[in-house]
Amino acid sequence: MILMISSLGTTLESPPNPRFGRTETYIKYNLEDNTWVALENPAVSQAGGAGVAASQFLANQGAAIAISGRFGPNAYHALNAAGIKMMTFDGNYKTVEQVVEAYKENLLEEA
Amino acid sequence: MIKIAIASGKGGTGKTMVATSMAFSLAKEHNIQFLDCDVEAPNAHLFLKPEISEVKPAVINVPKIDYNQCILCSRCVDICEFNALAMLGEKIFVFEQLCHGCGSCTIHCPVNAISETPRKIGELNIGNFINDHRYLYGELTISEPMPTPIIRQLKALIREEVEIAILDSPPGASCSVVATLHDADYVILVTEPTPFGLHDLKQMLGVIAQTGSPAGVIINRDGIGDSNLEDYLATTQFPILLKIPYQENIAVGLATGRLLIDILPEIKDAFTDMFLAIKSTLETEVGV
Repeated sequence: MILMISSLGTTLESPPNPRFGRTETYIKYNLEDNTWVALENPAVSQAGGAGVAASQFLANQGAAIAISGRFGPNAYHALNAAGIKMMTFDGNYKTVEQVVEAYKENLLEEA
Repeated sequence: MIKIAIASGKGGTGKTMVATSMAFSLAKEHNIQFLDCDVEAPNAHLFLKPEISEVKPAVINVPKIDYNQCILCSRCVDICEFNALAMLGEKIFVFEQLCHGCGSCTIHCPVNAISETPRKIGELNIGNFINDHRYLYGELTISEPMPTPIIRQLKALIREEVEIAILDSPPGASCSVVATLHDADYVILVTEPTPFGLHDLKQMLGVIAQTGSPAGVIINRDGIGDSNLEDYLATTQFPILLKIPYQENIAVGLATGRLLIDILPEIKDAFTDMFLAIKSTLETEVGV
């Protein structure tokens, strides 16, 4: 199962980015083998509709779970339509790795 | 027909005050059509008190997918500049509020699975003020994000045979302002002698440089602020068309819905003179 977490940097030590559609980077994390890769968000510089374009990107990447601070209305509808579950973190998480661990322990809230 | 747009950049400089008094002053001797293009917050009707006789829907044409025809090639998703389409879970989804109605998806669909359906985003109000002068204003539905289609549809109602069109522009210097004044014959820029008025006037002069309309400046609240505005204008070719003094009784009168020319009757001639000056500028420029 693939998690995609909006991130302010390109490693697991990077802080998570509370913005979903306009994050520069997603950490794509595979729960089966605990491997990960940082991916540039192609939607970050879109004039409009970044939430939809980012959702399309996650769908194309085969994500099952999107994790961010907050999801805008268009992203919410798009991710829902794609069958991608949305989970949110608050400001207490310092790294993407902490967010991943929190997901595994069922500590994140569903959007 | 002469199309005159009144714009400012900065909000609250007196666009509607100028537009309404100009319309009223000119309405005695000329045939006028007045367009309130500030479709997000139209309010010139509070001054001119038109009788609205017709309300039409303002629409934007959005794609409708025929799922029996769609082959999920996602070409419409790729072509859409505004991310209004997405292919999610083996289905194309349309995000109508992101759609600008450009029609690219319809044109590019290889199997003609896309048709366009009108979606109402606001209203066009059509009526008359004083004696049979046309009054038009658009109104964007609250929560709708895109004012420019309404402005375009409102302007499509301009009648060539009516002598003067006065377009009251929205504030700012963005898309809706450009949509209002891109084909204006003349632009009146209303500003005030403050750093804010000057800053935003310069933005508007940048817009005018792109649209190419001749323009002149009205200085409102003359007497406040500093001389930087006039010093700056002296370095440009833009004329000062009129100065409206800063007086408390003007603000008090406007706040009760009175026209500037009622509050300050001696200014009435200034508006008709200004129109004549604009007209002669245009005649010189186009060589009529």
